[in-house]
Amino acid sequence: MNFQSNTKANFKVVGTRVPRPDGVDKVTGRALYGADFNVPGMQVGLILRSPHAHATINSIDTSKATALPGVKAVVTSADLGVPEDESLRDVQDNCLARGKVLYDGHAVAAVAAKDMATAKAALKLIKVDYTPLPHVTDVDAAMKLDAPVVQEARADESVPEGCGPNVTHYCEFGHGDLESGFGMADLILERSFTTAATHQGYIEPHACVASYGTDDKADLWCTTQGQYFVRDLCSGILGIEGSQLRVTASEIGGGFGGKTTVFIEPVALALSRKAGRPVKIVMSRVDVFRATGPTVSSSMDVRIGMTKDGRITAAEAKLRYQGGAFPCGTVDMGAQAAFAAYDLKAVRTQGWNALTNRPKEAAYRAPGAPMAIYAVESVVDELCQQLDLDPLDVRILNAADAGTKSSYGPTFDQIGLMATLEAAKEHDHYHAPLGENQGRGLSCGFWFNFGGNTSVSLAINSDGTVSVTEGNPDIGGSRASISMMAAEELGVAYEKVRTIITDTSSLGQNDVTDGSRVTFAVGLATIKAARAAIRVMCGRVAKIWGIDEDAVVWEDGAAKPSGPNAGDFEPMTLADIAAISSETGGPIAGHHEVNAEGAGVSFGVHLADVEVDPETGATKVLRYTVFQDAGKAVHPDYVEGQMQGGAAQGIGWALNEEYIYGDDGRLQNAGFLDYRIPVASDLPNIDTVILEIPNPGHPYGVRGVGETPIVPPLAALSNAVSRAIGVRLHELPMSPPKILKAVMAKG
Amino acid sequence: MKNIHVSTTLNGDDAEFVCAPEETLLDALRNRLGLSGAKEGCGTGDCGACTVEMDGRLVCSCLVLGAEAQGAQIKTVEGMAIGEALHPLQQAFIDHAALQCGICTPGILVAAKNLLERNPDPTDTEIRYWLAGNLCRCTGYDKIIKAVQIAAADMRGA
Repeated sequence: MNFQSNTKANFKVVGTRVPRPDGVDKVTGRALYGADFNVPGMQVGLILRSPHAHATINSIDTSKATALPGVKAVVTSADLGVPEDESLRDVQDNCLARGKVLYDGHAVAAVAAKDMATAKAALKLIKVDYTPLPHVTDVDAAMKLDAPVVQEARADESVPEGCGPNVTHYCEFGHGDLESGFGMADLILERSFTTAATHQGYIEPHACVASYGTDDKADLWCTTQGQYFVRDLCSGILGIEGSQLRVTASEIGGGFGGKTTVFIEPVALALSRKAGRPVKIVMSRVDVFRATGPTVSSSMDVRIGMTKDGRITAAEAKLRYQGGAFPCGTVDMGAQAAFAAYDLKAVRTQGWNALTNRPKEAAYRAPGAPMAIYAVESVVDELCQQLDLDPLDVRILNAADAGTKSSYGPTFDQIGLMATLEAAKEHDHYHAPLGENQGRGLSCGFWFNFGGNTSVSLAINSDGTVSVTEGNPDIGGSRASISMMAAEELGVAYEKVRTIITDTSSLGQNDVTDGSRVTFAVGLATIKAARAAIRVMCGRVAKIWGIDEDAVVWEDGAAKPSGPNAGDFEPMTLADIAAISSETGGPIAGHHEVNAEGAGVSFGVHLADVEVDPETGATKVLRYTVFQDAGKAVHPDYVEGQMQGGAAQGIGWALNEEYIYGDDGRLQNAGFLDYRIPVASDLPNIDTVILEIPNPGHPYGVRGVGETPIVPPLAALSNAVSRAIGVRLHELPMSPPKILKAVMAKG
Repeated sequence: MKNIHVSTTLNGDDAEFVCAPEETLLDALRNRLGLSGAKEGCGTGDCGACTVEMDGRLVCSCLVLGAEAQGAQIKTVEGMAIGEALHPLQQAFIDHAALQCGICTPGILVAAKNLLERNPDPTDTEIRYWLAGNLCRCTGYDKIIKAVQIAAADMRGA
């Protein structure tokens, strides 16, 4: 049978608020996360970390540790090979330092022992002889020509002549004639900004159990956003074939991008191989802060020209990001996202990445975008203030829309920016009165969204139920959405479907749960797998009825005769067909494999009201509203949950969160007491307005929603605080001392 | 030092375990008693994921020694549901999407239950301050506060 390619409009299951399938497990303590998994004979793995920001490793003496009774294995980078692939080598060198330690907390060696006390004692017996080297942790300092060199000769071919030795990457995007654009402006503002590195702050530390056999077959259980990528990285590092390493993802206690790579998993495998026993490693919170991925920190210059009636005539941004001790390309995404919300005739962004003696940056929800858009949206807001223009009207006047050539190249298809801006303008939040020391800020946000490699299998069970097998860890309720889309397409009740996330041996490649890709790409593959199963079912029924396969249609969960045969036979439901499948040709299943494209970009607009205490500089968020285009909200509760959770993380980034390094290059605040993420009493209710402008690239119009909402809070809060105190701020986080200083400087 | 034998009451049942003197109650629950509902998010009492009730008082079980459980009444998330019947808070958390990854959920449920036993009709602000020691990184707390209010209303009506 044929399926129409246009977007579906009438839904029965999609758009409802059904209970999530993992709900009972998670409210009763039954759900098993990374650290909850155990196997018999398991040893405790522990990692020794560098106390230096930057040092040469002259030697590592493990003999005393190895000799300690109860110690089963000690490993260093010498136990691993040196991968030819540069990016794999970087991942490995981040897991176990080779030759030099590059940041405070860099892993140096690891032990496996019978219990924690023995493992701790063994770590103390490992003698590492270091020669400390000069270090650099600040991005602007790292870009200088005479900066301490973090790694030699790591610049890629994009880096122009004359850059400092730590610059590894350069990028440039844009179009149009900047000079003539600025020439048409009535007001040009150029401002510089900095943002601190923040951590994803997932509450579950990294944890894994590795079991490596003497036959070079291995199993790994771990908390991760992508078991396939873990498999690829670990098999590459261990030098074994991918088929021989089976990786199973546990329930995941938050990731936000930070669990898209490996830190402890290859180490646990190496220990297990050497010890001949299973090894479990659970990171401490201190180690999570010191050695897993924070975001980049940034230093940025933005220049925008505007006419007195609010049209932007030209815009440019220079972004300098540091992503820690290894090369990263995050600045590309910042440079592409910076002006995505605007329809501009003349725009240019330039980006530089620099190495520093900090942990290797890992993805964090819309990586690279929040800081760039913070800088842009701050300058737009200041232009509006100086020209006495309504900041929402100015956004509407300049908004990108379908057909706009984006600042990073592609021409937009249907996008929801204008709809979110108009919804914000109509909302009573935008018109509510403000009191003394209060201010309102707004910001647009954007994320590209990804598709990627996806493989889904869907079985029609003989009792009329449906089993969906997919390979993407569920970090925000995706099993519910996937089941809903399968139920919708098949025409069965949601309760008849159960979606399972499987290990790496059971399905083809699935890219990491990132890029807001899962509801879009796995959903798309699930719908197509369901359609494949429907084709099989219609074929079976056609044979039973003795009519042409094309004369059977699938409606409301049943096969029906159509055309000249309409009404000739009683419809056969999915359950009817499933019950007799063994007599009609055997089990019925559908599957779909795709490298999904057409993810459809996502825009949001946030409104924030704050009150700043002029005595202390403390900011209270009074009211917060998120407007976002979801394309189609499959499960509205969890779409709202993404919008609220992203907003809360962005509020933390704006007001409190930062990596603080001392002059010694060591992290000063490696714990939740001093790295303060928002707690319940810090936040107001976060109101949400979901817009649905269908994504033409998905059968149901779905767009990814997870990342966009972390983008706008940075500028929304900064604009609100700046308006509340009457002084423009250019630095995040806006911690009370910084605000107080700005207030006092104003006089 | 020798291990310590501990007799305690766990979710209403007698329980015994042996632990090292320096071992935390959290580790004893997870590694000696097989209850992995309480989670270690920080080990320093900052995140609340290991929250349990000890003699009616909320504690971070990572900051309590296993040996201190001697003679005490310990209640964990595993003791909240009665047979097949979920506690109203558990049901409200599912029905109103008050969890995403779920790692903080056991601690938040134990803390919220303790609040509602003391104060059956709390304001939003009271809930927010009561739960300020339980970090959630996924939800922004909005749906958690609403679910606690819905469960509170349900329990007042029951």
